[in-house]
Amino acid sequence: MDRVKFLIPTFILFIIAISCVPAAAADIVADSAIAILPPNVSDVIVSDKPNDPGGTLVVEWILPDSAALAAMPIKGVNIYLSGNHDGPFELITSLPKSALHYECSDLQDGESYYFKVTATANGLESDGITSAAGIPSGQWFNTERLPILIVVILFSITAITFIIKARGGYDFYVRPIAGIKAVDEAIGRATEMGRPILYVPGLGSAADVATIAAFTILARVAKKVVEYNTRVIVPNYDPVVMAICQEVVKEAYASAGKPELYDPKDVYFITQDQFPYTAAVNGVMLREKPATNFYMGMFYAESLVLAETGFVSGSIQIAGTDQLVQIPFFVSVCDFVLMGEELYAASAYLSREPQQLGTLKAQDLGKVTVVILIIIGVILSTIGMSGFANWFNVG
Amino acid sequence: MRREVPLLIVFLFGLFMIVQYFIPHAKFAFWYQEFNNWTIIIGIFTMIVGIGSLLSVHYSKIRFRQEGWGYSLVTIVALFGMAIVGLLGGTEGDLFLKLYRFGLSPVTATMFSLLAFFIASAAYRAFRARNVISTLLLAAAVVVMLGRVPIGEILGGWLPRWLQLPNIADFLLNVPNVAAKRAIYIGVGLGVAAVSLKIILGIERTWLGGDGGKR
Repeated sequence: MDRVKFLIPTFILFIIAISCVPAAAADIVADSAIAILPPNVSDVIVSDKPNDPGGTLVVEWILPDSAALAAMPIKGVNIYLSGNHDGPFELITSLPKSALHYECSDLQDGESYYFKVTATANGLESDGITSAAGIPSGQWFNTERLPILIVVILFSITAITFIIKARGGYDFYVRPIAGIKAVDEAIGRATEMGRPILYVPGLGSAADVATIAAFTILARVAKKVVEYNTRVIVPNYDPVVMAICQEVVKEAYASAGKPELYDPKDVYFITQDQFPYTAAVNGVMLREKPATNFYMGMFYAESLVLAETGFVSGSIQIAGTDQLVQIPFFVSVCDFVLMGEELYAASAYLSREPQQLGTLKAQDLGKVTVVILIIIGVILSTIGMSGFANWFNVG
Repeated sequence: MRREVPLLIVFLFGLFMIVQYFIPHAKFAFWYQEFNNWTIIIGIFTMIVGIGSLLSVHYSKIRFRQEGWGYSLVTIVALFGMAIVGLLGGTEGDLFLKLYRFGLSPVTATMFSLLAFFIASAAYRAFRARNVISTLLLAAAVVVMLGRVPIGEILGGWLPRWLQLPNIADFLLNVPNVAAKRAIYIGVGLGVAAVSLKIILGIERTWLGGDGGKR
């Protein structure tokens, strides 16, 4: 009986002891896990993204020092977001350890947001550091574009000054451009040969400055066409451009007192596909045999196909484009080429209006200024003062 | 009023486009996007005007049996054929895709392929040594072309490194070529600014038609 009395408590103690072993073992494991948790990142800073429309915060952090990383290298960081400092936090992204900042977008302007950044390694995660509140907002001025604003203001003031000066009767000298002088001769040639003129306004839309310049030259061409009683064909790629070209040509006929001679079928739409458009224009060249071809506006890979076909059909060709890559093609095939800004300058040359010439002089002054700035920038950068050149490196 | 209203619209919207470039705020970004959407919508409606013009030109050619009227017939049949097939079967439909892949695409690719032959004939004319400048152009072109192919490396392999064709080709492309390109870019940039200013201020009005209503 004594033995039984002794065995019962012993058995109970044994059961208790056995039941405690897993918990104790778990505690031991947990203790060891705490000991090997990845080191925390530090200095978690949240700031509003500068020069943005709003709704974005930038989170930055500093990785643990090299000693801590040597003890336990981390794999990456987890970024958590919450509307309250104490959470609950929601995991929004996991980044590699090379990332030292994160842009969180689609946030509500004016609301407070808290970020917690934790380090991860071997499936374990540090406690993390919670940032102070960040409030996203949109900016009303892009400070990175300040140099551009200054240049725009200076250029506008210069141009307006020259326009006022020109209106006052000041006679500006403008350098002659062969391509523009050739316009009238080319129209005269078409008249003599009794063949039409082909005017291709390119693949640009009416919003492109090169196409707007093409309208100006078309106005001049149409005026001369009416004067010499010849015909101009304008195949179009863009329906808006077509509508404007129709209006330009129609007005030329109307202002010459011959509105009945205007044929809307000479200014027409073809297609908005690049190569079908090219094929159609080539067809016009080979069937109509125009005496003069004008290519004014924006051109891409079709430039050489058009110009070569025009060359084969024996036309005089005048091209003008601001597409740098296409200029060599036009130069090699066409008789005259308006390169880059010369195309824009055409309206001033053709109209000879003082205020148009005023802006031309402002352009020239702008170029001189740019050259001076480039020289200053090169000298300063060469002697190690690159701040001046970097100031013009805008976003 | 026929002239003043468009000029006022252009002035206001032109000014807005300049201002919005410097203001990143969401309110301005929203209106900028809205105005761009309007442009797209207006562009789609003008397509009706364009198709009207296309039909008018080709219909009259067919009607009066003008030279090449058969091509006009093909154009109109293709226009309506593709539109009907697309409307009935959708643009992902089998017939529409077959017409696109086996009809339009090969024709377009053929036109593009012609470019290779045109480049050859244009290069032949451009690279004739007629004077000093065209001889320089020819020499530069030969060096750049040879410097871009493996035989160029072999040809001058025994020369000092800076005289080897690939290095000379790189120099020509990266120094004088880039300098000339940047000069044109600067000119184009100033030209665009000047034309934009003229349009916003109403000095340049050709886009209104004719001489822009100048008295």
